[in-house]
Amino acid sequence: MKKKFKLQDLDCANCAAKMEEAIKKIDGVNDATVSFMTQKLTIDAADDRFEVIMDEVEKVCAKVEPDTKILR
Amino acid sequence: MSKKQKQMVIRIAVAFLMLVAIMVGEHSGLSERIQPHGLWALICLIPYLIIGYDILFKAVRNIRNGQIFDENFLMMIATFGAFAVGDYSEAVAVMLFYQVGELFQSYAVGKSRQSISDMMDICPEYANIEEDGALTQVDPDDVEVGTIIVIKPGERVPLDGVVVEGESMIDTAALTGESVPRRAAAGDTIISGCVNGSGTLKVRTTKEFDDSTVARILELVENASSKKAHVENFITRFAKYYTPVVTIGAVILAFVPPIALTIAGAGSFGALLGTWLYRACTFLVISCPCALVISVPLGFFGGIGAASRIGVLVKGSNYLEAVAQMDTIVFDKTGTLTKGEFKVSEVIPASGTKEELLELAALGEGYSNHPIAASIREAYGRTLDMERVTDAEEISGHGIHTYIDGKEVHLGNAKLMESLQIPFTKSGSAGTVVYIAKERVFAGTIVIADTVKEGAAEALASMKHVGVKKTVMLTGDRREAAEAVARELGIDEVHFELLPADKVTKVEQLLAAQTPKTRLAFVGDGINDAPVLTRADIGIAMGSMGSDAAIEAADVVLMDDDVRKIASLVRIARKTLGIVKQNIVFALAVKLLVLLLGATGYANMWAAVFADVGVSVLAILNSMRTLRGNK
Repeated sequence: MKKKFKLQDLDCANCAAKMEEAIKKIDGVNDATVSFMTQKLTIDAADDRFEVIMDEVEKVCAKVEPDTKILR
Repeated sequence: MSKKQKQMVIRIAVAFLMLVAIMVGEHSGLSERIQPHGLWALICLIPYLIIGYDILFKAVRNIRNGQIFDENFLMMIATFGAFAVGDYSEAVAVMLFYQVGELFQSYAVGKSRQSISDMMDICPEYANIEEDGALTQVDPDDVEVGTIIVIKPGERVPLDGVVVEGESMIDTAALTGESVPRRAAAGDTIISGCVNGSGTLKVRTTKEFDDSTVARILELVENASSKKAHVENFITRFAKYYTPVVTIGAVILAFVPPIALTIAGAGSFGALLGTWLYRACTFLVISCPCALVISVPLGFFGGIGAASRIGVLVKGSNYLEAVAQMDTIVFDKTGTLTKGEFKVSEVIPASGTKEELLELAALGEGYSNHPIAASIREAYGRTLDMERVTDAEEISGHGIHTYIDGKEVHLGNAKLMESLQIPFTKSGSAGTVVYIAKERVFAGTIVIADTVKEGAAEALASMKHVGVKKTVMLTGDRREAAEAVARELGIDEVHFELLPADKVTKVEQLLAAQTPKTRLAFVGDGINDAPVLTRADIGIAMGSMGSDAAIEAADVVLMDDDVRKIASLVRIARKTLGIVKQNIVFALAVKLLVLLLGATGYANMWAAVFADVGVSVLAILNSMRTLRGNK
């Protein structure tokens, strides 16, 4: 399933790149892009565990840049 | 300016005033008189904390989260280092200017993001539905297919549909870049994202919001930034190594030279360590690759934005990069270079006037619903008295046999004339030829041809002008038709009588002839050429005439089907790539230079701050130029 989320307070391009990399490493994530320009996260992950994966995504993002919020 | 930014301005102002006071104190010798000496350091710590507390906080927090090479941490170490060697005011100043730079950077990025999204501001917010005589505003997402919606003057068209009532002029500029409004009346299709002019329209929707033009365009543009260009990928990889390498360099610089020099007997270890620690700190300040990481995608985003403003959708930075390297363009003929509409191009009477021949032909073809018959009737343009026509019959594969005013008339191809053994003048024209015989005597010829699009010749000339080396045309049409169009437009190479599968083979042959530095584009309307669009380096499709499948398969979409836009797109792509390269070279050169000067002691921390945030800001400002397109 492919879904898009808005990101709030994503202020650094380098962080966006780091987040993208961290999210891609999560088990069950097929592909992910964090766009600094549009302030959006696009994620393609396994359907059945989507919510669990999103919790994990939130956790890793908080590690990279705690200011950024994922609006779910 | 956001609230966060306003707060920062205040912090910067306060810290700046205190910094001035501190510098006055240092120069007047006040700092020497304060006892104990540590007190002065504490005084300097106040503005340092005011301006940098969040950096210190983030640094500590990020280390806990395992992010070591983080710019906040590096700034912390660098300024701590300056404190350690006794350059108090410099520590404050470096932190202050770092924050000024960051503020400016976030402001500039925010601004440019805003101006790009303003340009993409085609998303309708609501749709009007008439219920019991009253209008209610609903979310376009909730409108079902087949619903009648009302579009008031000045409103944005929320969904694709067909006009059922009313008449207005529609401004399509946001979608196509076309400034002349288009007329829309009952029966016309209307696409979402356009702005209604002065009339009220009632529209029956034909698509749901998610499938409507506007939603598809937004989707394309948003996804565009995820398809990264080679340059972007290079920067991402580079950034990953750059920071650790510079940091390790700083550590080596801090300790190796002092130890080596002490052993060599060039001075005391303590004094040497101070000097080299300071130099190492300048390294740390330059270690963030921000200038590159921000300005490169921003440049591409601006370029894609500029292209969409002229009605060209580019589906990714990588395609914009490819367009800049494009040197061969392959065109499909029908629908791309020609209108795909058939028109009478020549009327050659054997005897009598053109008018008489055309009338005869129009009457003869009066009952036929073939497109060729329709174009002859259209060329005649007057109402036909069909009572004059009797006993019309179609001779399959040959033409028509009929009686007009009681006289026998034959209309058809060369085969028909040959089978009737009527002597006739064979036409060498490019289009479809209709021969007419009256009472078995050759009366004349009418040629029907597809017409070349307005501006197609101009488009090809301007493509050559911007540096496209080779133009090729592929068509399923006959040799004469293909060559005539190629001659008219000045196309270098023509391949005709091709089946759809042959087109793929031809494009593959042309692709094989490309050098690794050049790219090939295929331009088509997508009707049975979707495989070719996918196969070419850059597939360019017609947006309004083309099929959904073509828009899906294509990498670049011309919203108003105007091939002239290709040359403008090439200009935008070249400019964007040029700016991106300037930024990379400029940022790397300045950083490298300051690293070298810093290591040898010629550059102080001020220069380092410039090399970090200063370069970043300049690169962002430079990237913004891509937005202005090709003016």
